[in-house]
Amino acid sequence: MIIIGEKISVIAKKVREAMNSRDPLPIQELAMAQWKAGAHFIDVNTGPAEEKGEELMTWMVQSIQEKVHAPLCLDTTNPQALEAGLKAHNNQWGSPLINSTSNDPERFIMLELAAKYNAQIIALTVGKGGLPADAEERCALAAEIMARAAEFGVPLENIFLDPLILQVCTTQDQALHSLKAIKMFQELNDPPMKTVVGLSNISNGVPKNMRGLIDRVYLTLLMYEGLTAAIMNPLDKELMDAMKTTDVFMGKTLYAHSYLEM
Amino acid sequence: MSYVVPKESYNGKVLSLDFGKGDKAAVIGGENTLPFLSFEGDIPNRPVVAYEIQDCPPDDWPETVRNMYKDVSGDPVTWAKHCRNNLNAKAVALRLVSTHPDRDNRSAEDAAKTIKDVLAAIDIPLIILGSNHIEKDAAVLVAAAEAASGYNCIIGKAQEGNYKTIVAAALAHNHKLIAMSELDINLAKQLNILITQMGFDKERLITDPMCSALGYGLEYTYSVMERIRLAGLLQNDATMQPPILGDVGMYVWKIKEVSAPESDVPEWGSIEERGIAWEAVTATSMLVAGTNLLIMRHPKSIEIVEKTIAELF
Repeated sequence: MIIIGEKISVIAKKVREAMNSRDPLPIQELAMAQWKAGAHFIDVNTGPAEEKGEELMTWMVQSIQEKVHAPLCLDTTNPQALEAGLKAHNNQWGSPLINSTSNDPERFIMLELAAKYNAQIIALTVGKGGLPADAEERCALAAEIMARAAEFGVPLENIFLDPLILQVCTTQDQALHSLKAIKMFQELNDPPMKTVVGLSNISNGVPKNMRGLIDRVYLTLLMYEGLTAAIMNPLDKELMDAMKTTDVFMGKTLYAHSYLEM
Repeated sequence: MSYVVPKESYNGKVLSLDFGKGDKAAVIGGENTLPFLSFEGDIPNRPVVAYEIQDCPPDDWPETVRNMYKDVSGDPVTWAKHCRNNLNAKAVALRLVSTHPDRDNRSAEDAAKTIKDVLAAIDIPLIILGSNHIEKDAAVLVAAAEAASGYNCIIGKAQEGNYKTIVAAALAHNHKLIAMSELDINLAKQLNILITQMGFDKERLITDPMCSALGYGLEYTYSVMERIRLAGLLQNDATMQPPILGDVGMYVWKIKEVSAPESDVPEWGSIEERGIAWEAVTATSMLVAGTNLLIMRHPKSIEIVEKTIAELF
């Protein structure tokens, strides 16, 4: 499974402070730690980044890729900042991933950028209105986004459909709808569409000591449905162990007593 | 409409490994597709067949194959030179049978001397094999690795019960290493992990999933080898990418089909042809399953297998 390391986010105080003071060290260390732990992409969440967004994203991309030789997942709602990140991105280790577009016309610009820079892109199956009610509604939105992607010239294999994971503590029934959506998304195309989730959304709002367990079990179920990628914390060893174990059950990794160490 | 050959593409690649030195050094592995499917990927190196010799006369080999070496097998140096000069061997595998406690129980020092003598007499790569006694091999192969220092040999076999000392010796003297497990793909992977966790490069490893003769579990060996290849190529499992060894001769030349006299089983036909065919068929099956290095005994069966390799390439 493709792991997108989630730790570099404006929401984290340490990261935010480093971003504000343009101190590359804490950011590089966090990127390196996630990469070594098995992340395939490093998510770079600069938030809305309205002020100096372009300069900030360029600096982030360059600072991280100076140390970590992996592609990045560029995570901002500011299209100018995103484009600056795509320009700065070194594609030597793989093309970047845009986080994200959706069926909201305001986010179509992200598809345009994906086409222009031959980037991969996460497509959230939400529209301008409220949240999707069930798996079927998510699929309808996915189909619309796929049609829109074709208009912009984004190949379907560059799209990761994201069912939008909602927190289990307030919208319990959505956990099952999202699982079903992961399965149904794949049937929208042949070869199957790729899928992605922001895993920790599932445990938002639950007591802190239960979050790990909830993330682990939900990831296992998602993987069983064929999930391609997850935005998650690769430094959570128990989560990574659950993922590796699921890979063994799914026949994706050959079992050996030391499989957790690989 | 013209026919388009369907092609599979693989994520992984078999590691390549060289042994021996100078212009006679051999290279195996390096392919990024299944055996002989050269239309699908690159297969830069042909499988290599090594002639098996041993450090004491082969009294336990059936007459058919023992006779082939009757003038040379009294002395490992003469035997090795015979393989090199008269049989055109590309590599020799010296099995230190006499060190086994149930045979002559010869010392590690004796083995070291034999190895030095053999290495001084031939310019082709040497594979050094213990007697397959867990404790004794640990001592013998450590001495062997030291005696062969600088010759870039393959030494083996490291097993679950003795790998630590043997790995350390191969590491210290820059040899390649055979890791053997008993027909169990999960244990084969585990042993490779344990060995690499000691700091031994996977690029220097050879996997021996244990061989077996046609009619005596060949399908188990075949299946384990095939699954090792698929894990390495399809799942890009780095622990399953070292080249594979097929130690064919010793498993073939102990079964009744190669030694039962014609007078007992006339319907089985010529005893000589039977033995040669049995070893050649077993070895060819191993090649098709993914073996990169074969150890064989009868010059005729080696000739057949080398011809097959040449034709399939």
